Amino acid sequence: MKFLQRFFASGTLFIWLSGGALACSLLLIGGLLTLIFINGMGYFWPKDLIQLTLNDDSKVLGEIVDSQRIPETVTTAFPDGQSRIQLKVGNRDVYGLDFRWVDEADIAQRIWPQDVIAFERREWGNFYGWVTVVWDGDTRLAEGRDIAWNVWYPFLEQTESLHQEIHHIERDVIGAINSEMERARLHLKALESKGEISQDSADSLQQDIQQREAAYQEQIQRLVGLYERLNRYRVTLIDVTGEEKTFPVGGLVRAWRPNSMSVWEKIKMYAENFWNVLTDEPREANTEGGIFPAIFGTVMMVLVMSVVVVPFGVLAAVYLKEYAKQGLLTRMIRIAVNNLAGVPSIVFGVFGLGFFVYAVGGTIDQLFFSVSLPNPTFGTGGMLWASLTLALMTVPVVIVATEEGLSAVPREYREGSLGLGATKFESLMRVVLPCAMPGILTGLILAVSRATGEVAPLMLTGVVKLAPALPVDSQFPFMHLDRKFMHLGFHIYDVGFQSPNVEAAKPMVYVTTLVLVLVVLLLNMTAIALRTRMRKRYAGASV
Amino acid sequence: MEIEQKILENSVSLVKTTPAKSLRLVVETRQTDPMKKIFLESETAQHPLTDAPAKIVIQDMNFYYGTVQALKCVNMTVPANKVTAFIGPSGCGKSTLLRCLNRLNDLVDGTRVEGTILLDDENIYRPEVDATDLRTRVGMVFQKINPFPKTVWQNVAYGPQLQKIRKRAILDDIVETSLQGAGLWEEVKDRLHASALGLSGGQQQRLCIARALAVNPEVLLMDEPCSALDPISTGRIEELLHTLKERLTVVIVTHNMQQAARVSDLTGFFLLGELIEFDGTKKIFTNPGDSRTEDYVTGRFG
Repeated sequence: MKFLQRFFASGTLFIWLSGGALACSLLLIGGLLTLIFINGMGYFWPKDLIQLTLNDDSKVLGEIVDSQRIPETVTTAFPDGQSRIQLKVGNRDVYGLDFRWVDEADIAQRIWPQDVIAFERREWGNFYGWVTVVWDGDTRLAEGRDIAWNVWYPFLEQTESLHQEIHHIERDVIGAINSEMERARLHLKALESKGEISQDSADSLQQDIQQREAAYQEQIQRLVGLYERLNRYRVTLIDVTGEEKTFPVGGLVRAWRPNSMSVWEKIKMYAENFWNVLTDEPREANTEGGIFPAIFGTVMMVLVMSVVVVPFGVLAAVYLKEYAKQGLLTRMIRIAVNNLAGVPSIVFGVFGLGFFVYAVGGTIDQLFFSVSLPNPTFGTGGMLWASLTLALMTVPVVIVATEEGLSAVPREYREGSLGLGATKFESLMRVVLPCAMPGILTGLILAVSRATGEVAPLMLTGVVKLAPALPVDSQFPFMHLDRKFMHLGFHIYDVGFQSPNVEAAKPMVYVTTLVLVLVVLLLNMTAIALRTRMRKRYAGASV
Repeated sequence: MEIEQKILENSVSLVKTTPAKSLRLVVETRQTDPMKKIFLESETAQHPLTDAPAKIVIQDMNFYYGTVQALKCVNMTVPANKVTAFIGPSGCGKSTLLRCLNRLNDLVDGTRVEGTILLDDENIYRPEVDATDLRTRVGMVFQKINPFPKTVWQNVAYGPQLQKIRKRAILDDIVETSLQGAGLWEEVKDRLHASALGLSGGQQQRLCIARALAVNPEVLLMDEPCSALDPISTGRIEELLHTLKERLTVVIVTHNMQQAARVSDLTGFFLLGELIEFDGTKKIFTNPGDSRTEDYVTGRFG
């Protein structure tokens, strides 16, 4: 009895409990990150292709993706049961599905053919097989599995520059022509609706539009030529079952022979893959290609939000803490602010849609963009409204953190400053606020963390599955905050749950999740580094 | 003689300008308040400072924190170019009085002031007096050493910069003279642009003095400036006071009786918000007029 009493009084149990709680949290977080990391990073590794000959003499070729025990085969006699492996067989256009389960018991033979080629295509996913014929138009350039690689691979390398040119024309050149044409058209429309149009100006505007139309047609011709060049060379591919398919080389992105690659080559390709995902645009309903627009949209939205939320939050907190007469009202405001931080984000989304998008955006359209109505400019979801909605959602965090930062500034600093003839405002600007900077940055860190991961309100205020253009480009006014944008969080949801080919999209979900975590980490690290610098500068007052 | 005349003049002006209620207050306190005795005494008993002109005259000062009265009808005259010390046990109101002299208490919520404080014959509590201007005339050094988390140079140049002095050369000049005035120049001249928080405690406090001197005040208020310092640093600041009083008036609050005895020319003893005795330092410490003062300075209580 006495021993037990002493044991409880000593607090040993409590130390174990608290330590255990911490260990549990770390384990959970660590496990989560490890899972995301392993699955996300594994996606980029060029895996070997295995060729299986089954008992019924049919052949299967593909990457091993997964293996599992077949639940039904576990009996008391065979406690281990039988297992099966999942192969990514690709060739979706040929087989219909690009994943297949094979029972281990059915496999008669396994080989790793050295010369098998993996093709990454712009459509239909990967193709695994061999090249048999290379075509130039309708003439055969080369035939046979061995020589074909050397003949056609240089063509593939050329297509990359062609694709870049096409992309440039489609997006930048034609985009610029379109926006100029739209402007001229709106100008004409505006003049017509005001009724102050003269025949001359109408004619000149029409002529303007026609000129641009001509320029547009010219670019289209250029594109046609480029596409012809892209499709000039074709290859006939054969898969493991002997089916043949003929493609233009322009329809392929890359080709590699995983089974004959050295580790060093694989590492190089791994890095390349990683880089491509970060910088490319998505293809195939987002399940392939890169996620650059989503990364860009996420980072930019968070930056716009920060630019809005910090001044607002800090000013509000300064008034609340420094100028407002402390009393019942300020206490109630503080409680309200704290509660606001706990309101579900979808509520903010609904508010953002109703207030920012329809009320504010609609009014802006009425006042400034009436010519383009009924097409909304700001009266629809967009970068600006999404950022403002998130700013509204995170402003309580900034207010609370700033207030705490202000309270932490020693009274002596204020009095010292006032004692030297500074007004309250001067003291605030020159001494108090700089000293409260670390607290303000803590608020920003929390706000950024919350905003980066938020999806629900964005779905109502401006996020889309595939944005036609980035919110920043080379066309005046360069920053298009009215545009819709892509977001990593929404990308995860979309790719993982809305895509037609879930199995093929799985790696993309992990990659996107990993990138999202990295983006949050990066944004936070920047803010934390900034805070550490500030702390060093403003901390350590002796006594 | 001069002090007496000033008091008379001021009370006349007070009578002229203040409404009836405070007039009655003044009259009442005149009749009942023992404070009056101090001035009467100093009139008769050869006050050691009659030759110094008055810098600050405090008249019938009452101060309230909410409903708590912290100062009770304080009357005193602080002479120019002397060191005046306030002593007394904790919570006796001496710091409060000090902070009234540059209206730093204005910023504390729920405080109330009655009475007048004349700085060079001008009531600093008149509404048209700008408190920030006043504070450039009446500088302050605090008990808690509070250099700003900036460089040494920025700390000293802070006050002048607030007065819109922008020229680098002038600021450099002010910084140098102020640091010299605080006896710190030799120690920090090579690290003017290093953080002030890297200095030792004593250096930091002298930096605070330099910072106060940089706005060229007429009065320097010191609120227990040495309470956090070791004896050597304390000694240097005390030395400094002797030179400082040639150019300005110093009012110092201290808990350290020896310090008061060493540095000050006049000493006021406060107890529970009242000024018990105000006289030449020598007299206070050797032959106090009040038994409570005697108890305190001899260490029998407080």
